[in-house]
Amino acid sequence: MSVKLSTRQVGDVSVVDVAGRITLGEGSSALRDALRDMVSKGQKKILLNLGDVSYIDSSGIGELVSGFTTVTNQGGQLKLLGLTKRVKDLLQITKLYTVFDVHDNEAGAVRAFT
Amino acid sequence: MGKNTGGEAGTVEQFLDSTLESVDSAESLVIEVAQKAGFPEEDLHKIGMAVRESMVNAVVHGNQYSAHKKVHVSVSKGSDRLTIIIADQGKGFDLNGVPDPLSEENLLRHSGRGMFLIRAFMDELQVRKLSPSGTEVTLTKYLVRK
Repeated sequence: MSVKLSTRQVGDVSVVDVAGRITLGEGSSALRDALRDMVSKGQKKILLNLGDVSYIDSSGIGELVSGFTTVTNQGGQLKLLGLTKRVKDLLQITKLYTVFDVHDNEAGAVRAFT
Repeated sequence: MGKNTGGEAGTVEQFLDSTLESVDSAESLVIEVAQKAGFPEEDLHKIGMAVRESMVNAVVHGNQYSAHKKVHVSVSKGSDRLTIIIADQGKGFDLNGVPDPLSEENLLRHSGRGMFLIRAFMDELQVRKLSPSGTEVTLTKYLVRK
């Protein structure tokens, strides 16, 4: 299974539920397209729910970083929710864990947007 | 699609097309051999990811998706280790030219983490240039019996 993305609105926060594999090819381009689409529509508060992401490779990490910089450069905020242990470990060894604002709980993550 | 060839006992080889589908094929092949060798679940994930990153380097950066170039994958099961060789037919790349992905100025770069992850997940990594062209990486993971 590749990646599956669905978007919902919680107040003024756009929550993107991501499931499956974010790897080079279809997975990473789907995430890139979704984030660019949201930014182009002026959405400034984006919460990526990665709770059902089973696998992410260096290309997927690259898309998370690109998404983060794109949203931030547009004056928005991108936060991460529900990292699995493997994704968390990957972000830690690549020193990106402290770059992202990471949350375990959706309500808390939504409240953290300013 | 690649083909299996007979090799020394405990070795499986394939010659794969330069496509992203081959990345999946190589990952599945190596994980299957590693599973039979008795590697624990967490190591299977690490080995699979190292193979995926090495295959992406071979297909994308080495062979540049060329329909005329193949990626040679060989996986050998030893008594205490798994050895994986992945070789492309590209122009080669300079490992020293890959910037350190952990340095402050590179943290937010889109790419450049593949080799770092391979090193992090495998016990040994060797890279050598092939003649007349190509790059060969050899990945080793030791089996720690409990």
